[in-house]
Amino acid sequence: MTDATRAEVCVIACAEAFRGDGEILASAFGTIPAIGVRLARATFAPDLLLTDGEAQLVRGTWAVGAPADGVVEGWSPFRRIFDLVWHGKRHAMMIPVQIDRYGNTNISALGDHARPKVQLIGVRGAPGNTVTHPVSYWVPKHAPRAFVPRVDLVSGVGHDSAAAAGTGARRYHDLRRVVTNLAVFDFAPEGGAMRLRSVHPGVTVDEVCAATGFPLVIEGEVPETRLPTEEELRLIRDVLDPRGLRDEEVPA
Amino acid sequence: MTDKQMSAREVVGRLRSGMTIGIGGWAARRKPMALVREILRSDLTDLTIVSYGGPDVGLLCAAGKVRKLVFGFVTLDSVPLDPHFRAARQRGEIEVAEYDEGMLQWGLYAAGLRLPFLPTRAGLGSSVWSGNPGLRTVADPYGSGDELIAMPAIPLDAALVHMNRADVHGNAQFLGPDPYFDDLFCLAAEQAFVSCERIVPTAELTAQAHPATLVLKRLVVDGVVEAPGGAHFTSCVPDYDVDTQALHDYAASAASPEAWAEFRREYLSGGAEHARDAEARTA
Repeated sequence: MTDATRAEVCVIACAEAFRGDGEILASAFGTIPAIGVRLARATFAPDLLLTDGEAQLVRGTWAVGAPADGVVEGWSPFRRIFDLVWHGKRHAMMIPVQIDRYGNTNISALGDHARPKVQLIGVRGAPGNTVTHPVSYWVPKHAPRAFVPRVDLVSGVGHDSAAAAGTGARRYHDLRRVVTNLAVFDFAPEGGAMRLRSVHPGVTVDEVCAATGFPLVIEGEVPETRLPTEEELRLIRDVLDPRGLRDEEVPA
Repeated sequence: MTDKQMSAREVVGRLRSGMTIGIGGWAARRKPMALVREILRSDLTDLTIVSYGGPDVGLLCAAGKVRKLVFGFVTLDSVPLDPHFRAARQRGEIEVAEYDEGMLQWGLYAAGLRLPFLPTRAGLGSSVWSGNPGLRTVADPYGSGDELIAMPAIPLDAALVHMNRADVHGNAQFLGPDPYFDDLFCLAAEQAFVSCERIVPTAELTAQAHPATLVLKRLVVDGVVEAPGGAHFTSCVPDYDVDTQALHDYAASAASPEAWAEFRREYLSGGAEHARDAEARTA
């Protein structure tokens, strides 16, 4: 039925990462994840808490790139965010520069830490997020340079790193999903390696494998990522992203 | 009661080369730029800077003031990466201690509470753990079996922060959305200096605003500098938003030594738009 674009399918896949999360703080980085969490709250996950991108929790449904419009329901400056982070009632979707087979991610630097070839932003909150609350990832350009055999530096902690670091790191370690412009992944319960869950319409499994710099876990027939409903499409197009910013992140 | 007013120059006169200096604010938000600018004009060197980094870090790196940076990130918000900081790192010029943002908070908090460390899970399993050879773990003494990171206190020789309002005694107030970690920086420091948009009588601080906005208490503040525009070109909401043009000029000035020299001349000399009224008040 649908004329949904790739970007809109990605929005649905990001929204789905938050299904069943209940009453938690949902933090999404990037345009498409931001549309996704707002869509999730407007439809199947009404209890999610969202911030205005600064220090307020706001209840409402507003467009990306526009000021938050809704009822303020809380104050959440950075230090309170860290309280929630370490308390565990948060699910963040972050954007790694590199990600590897076990879900280690890097946003700090490429090359040697002492003298990086490319200095990036720094680890930010990734080390703490990944060992204290659920984390998912969004990769708008799925390619071998992002999906690497081994990340240069570990900002976000993957399954092998958490396992090696003991129960202090493992106790609340909970990597959920990886959503890209091509496909959706989770991690195999056995061994913790990245597993292909669905490919977006028009994408083949072979294409996904070719764009990934390590072997994926693939079990049986890989289904297609679910398409948006008419109501979801209306929300995305008319309410959440009327300016079409999603197409800049994932071109049609 | 002590009147702690001083000029930016007097603040920098209290600093020494080799010191560990904490800088408040967050990324391109409420950075004490008038004080940073005064450091740029000084002969201070060999500094250890502790910061939730923005252009304060890039400026000090580019000017060769930094020996070591203790940080969790450096970003200009709308410009995700600070080119001056990147260049300094990629040339191998500065030493770093990179921590998770929450670990940094914990280190400042530990110093403020006069504790040698605070335990945390943050950092376990990450390169932060393997990249800071001095870090240690501590076993849960109550038997969960967890080994946690013992985040060491980060004591500061001095803290520099910028607030919206203050009185002459050092009680200071944020009127924007977020206090960031400015009170923790001050608590962790031997000496703490606050610049502010306006010094007002104490009673005026709470005439319109809730007392909870008074995040700095005078007992942790050693000097107060009235510096209108003192966070420029970073934001100091609600007094002013980030100066996007100046921010982009700053980023562009990393293109060549000539561009940097030109920016520095303009930014430090006063009179130019970049340096506007804060200069006149603090010179």
